[in-house]
Amino acid sequence: MDALFQAAEADSRVTLVVGDLGYSVVDQFAARFPNQFLNVGVAEQNMAGVAAGLALSGQIVFTYSIANFPTFRCLEQVRNDICYHGADVKITAVGGGFAYGALGVSHHATEDLAIMRSLPGMTVIAPGDPTEAARAVPAVIARSGPCYVRLGKAGEPQVHTGPIDFRIGQAIRVREGGDLTLITTGGLLANTMAAAEELSRQHRLEATVFSMHTLKPLDTDAVVTAARQTAMVVTIEEHSVIGGLGGAVAEVLAEQDAPRARLMRIGIPSAFDSRVGTQAYLRERHGLSVDALVGSIAGAVTAPAI
Amino acid sequence: MRSVQMVHRARSSHIGSALSIADLLAVLYGGRLRVDPTRPAWEGRDRMVLSKGHACVALYAALAERGYFPVEWLDTFYQNGTLLAGHATAGTPGIDVSTGSLGHGLSIACGMALAGRRAGADYRVFTVLSDGECDEGSTWEAVLFAPHHRLDNLVAIVDYNKIQSLGRVEDVLNLDPLADKWRAFGWAVREIDGHDLAKIDAAMDTLPLQAHRPTCLIAHTVKGKGVSFMENRLAWHYRPPEDDELALALEELTSA
Repeated sequence: MDALFQAAEADSRVTLVVGDLGYSVVDQFAARFPNQFLNVGVAEQNMAGVAAGLALSGQIVFTYSIANFPTFRCLEQVRNDICYHGADVKITAVGGGFAYGALGVSHHATEDLAIMRSLPGMTVIAPGDPTEAARAVPAVIARSGPCYVRLGKAGEPQVHTGPIDFRIGQAIRVREGGDLTLITTGGLLANTMAAAEELSRQHRLEATVFSMHTLKPLDTDAVVTAARQTAMVVTIEEHSVIGGLGGAVAEVLAEQDAPRARLMRIGIPSAFDSRVGTQAYLRERHGLSVDALVGSIAGAVTAPAI
Repeated sequence: MRSVQMVHRARSSHIGSALSIADLLAVLYGGRLRVDPTRPAWEGRDRMVLSKGHACVALYAALAERGYFPVEWLDTFYQNGTLLAGHATAGTPGIDVSTGSLGHGLSIACGMALAGRRAGADYRVFTVLSDGECDEGSTWEAVLFAPHHRLDNLVAIVDYNKIQSLGRVEDVLNLDPLADKWRAFGWAVREIDGHDLAKIDAAMDTLPLQAHRPTCLIAHTVKGKGVSFMENRLAWHYRPPEDDELALALEELTSA
């Protein structure tokens, strides 16, 4: 949000459009930049269409809502009105994955990356920590055309301790190791890094870790290099195993000439989970906690290749 | 006339929908829209969003007559590789917004109108909707939005020909009293005969109908207007005219 403040301050074309959500988050923005703010009400189809109209008239528009509302609810407007026109609309969803876990399936954003990734012209970004999120704001402004930015909730753990080189379409290597490669996107970066440390400590397995903050365009060089340099590539995401990070990496590796690394996709099965709870609880249930990641990855590495 | 020829040549559809807005577009492109065909992207132009994008042949004919592109281009309508697609598509000179799926145009027009007002620009935004697309919930989201933001630089024209895709509007999903609905949402509304050129022109004289309110013109129209055997006949939402029907239609349209 600070980054968006700076952007709005620096460029009067930057406009924030919300679908009546963002309590205690957007009001300061609205007070500071009344001419660059718009609350369309609980009307996401209109939000996407109005955003397209604003963008076609020269604005750089951020739409903002929770989980699936700024994407699925208005998917055809996103496709036809925003993507087909190449409109400068940056769709921002808060609550990626199980961030609103206790609110139930309606608020679980677990297929958004797959669907947004399939739209022509759409850039798809899921920052791994607050530093990446802050850097994503100016990056999507500088990138002309539609973008989807998937955020977690406020209070995500900080992973990067120093400055980072954040470029759209370029994975960030956050750890070096020769045994296997862990590729993650979005808010599971912290768990992935912790799992890598535990794999080293408990199993003497050294992992390279990539924060794949941009899902589209995918950093295929990073994927291909990982598959050449380590024996196993593991994708880790708080998203369906269909069509998201795991799907994208599988698409790249499937077209590579042998020899290549084995691929293991860790994510959410394509099934609704009516059990609700905190994000930590639901991550645990779906094998995304640090312990579960360590167990499944170590097990796969030591299992014989099929 | 050109619309009928295009649909005949292309063996395409929606001629009834095009004929019902031909007179409205004739007034708009005949001089009421502040546009410059030599500068399609001119910042100060009035915007026109054809929300009922399936009636694009009428728009193509109007744009060609206005000088946006050569009339010969109309021969390419619906053909492989053409700029003139079966629904209005941005990139065609004079067309800013691609449509084709109903219930999208009014929201985009709202965004354009709001942007214009915030920028202090004096352009206006026109959009032409079908009655059928007033079934779409998204249309009514935008109908709520425009008066709230006092978009009096926005003009929505509803082509109320009273026939939608599978039947008469009153049988499929009744809209009446349609003017009252728009009025209740906060629009300044006028009902006009959508085929009376003088009356359409007169309505354009008084825009906005009311300060601080968006304008809705409900144009009572006849689907297939001007061709006796097409008027009010649902079949002409789908079928193109045969050779003999084309000749007859052109004769009627010429003599009108």
